[in-house]
Amino acid sequence: MFKSYLLGFILSILLTVAAYLLVVNNMLSQGVLIIVILALAVIQLWVQLIMFLHLGQETGPRWKLISWISTASVLLIVVIGSIVIMNNLNYHVPSDQEIIENEGIHQSH
Amino acid sequence: MSHTETHERSLLGFWIYLMTDLLSFGVLFATYAVLSPNTAGGPNAKELFSLPFVLIETLILLTSSFTVGLAMLAVFKQAKQQALIWFGVTFLLGLTFLGMELYEFNNLIAEGASWERSAFLSSFFTLVGTHGLHISVGLLWMAVSMVMIWKRGLTPFINSKLTRLALFWHFLDIVWIFIFTIVYLLSYV
Repeated sequence: MFKSYLLGFILSILLTVAAYLLVVNNMLSQGVLIIVILALAVIQLWVQLIMFLHLGQETGPRWKLISWISTASVLLIVVIGSIVIMNNLNYHVPSDQEIIENEGIHQSH
Repeated sequence: MSHTETHERSLLGFWIYLMTDLLSFGVLFATYAVLSPNTAGGPNAKELFSLPFVLIETLILLTSSFTVGLAMLAVFKQAKQQALIWFGVTFLLGLTFLGMELYEFNNLIAEGASWERSAFLSSFFTLVGTHGLHISVGLLWMAVSMVMIWKRGLTPFINSKLTRLALFWHFLDIVWIFIFTIVYLLSYV
């Protein structure tokens, strides 16, 4: 048990500092950097779930694991869905200036 | 029902509470992701946040997640003194983290970057403030638990409560990993 906590702690520090250094030193191109630091966060999530929260060490029906997987799926749908839909709306809804131009609204000065 | 069975059931119940709490954090993250570019002509994330400060905050909370694990190891060994020491260390680390967060909030408000300034700042304060509120509740819970350990010792009833407290504390550190990455690190990318 102690080994599991210690290993989880060391790995979490390494992952946190790695993400920090990558961003501060601007080591990768923007697109790659975003993916890499999000991946580092997800790896750290798994490290802590297994080593601190002892997920997957249940005996009998794996209720904790099942409820975690369903929660994670809902989270992904809500978060990614919100970002995609709102960006799409933002892209398609014209600005005030565009509406004025498209509709030929005369502005008095 | 035996004590072990009751303990297992309440632990699963608490786990399911944590999962639903995670959903509320998820909604706040989604709101932040959508609103963060909308600064209404005000300061953006990069201008406001200091990464070294947040890194220290992150490492303090991470260490407290480790020390609460050590406290639980002491609880399983029935070592009362050791458990009190590790919960005490965790409490102080948590208090330091909360202090740093309030210091940051205070500075932002003093600079005129409060939740009233823009949609970005409203969503920032809601997300990070909700996490801070959880930390405050966790600290209160920990203080009460330490008094209980001190007064009554490590009884099966108290140990069961402590298991859920430790679970809650680890959970808050996991949520913080994503606040650190999405709110702070991504603003500098």
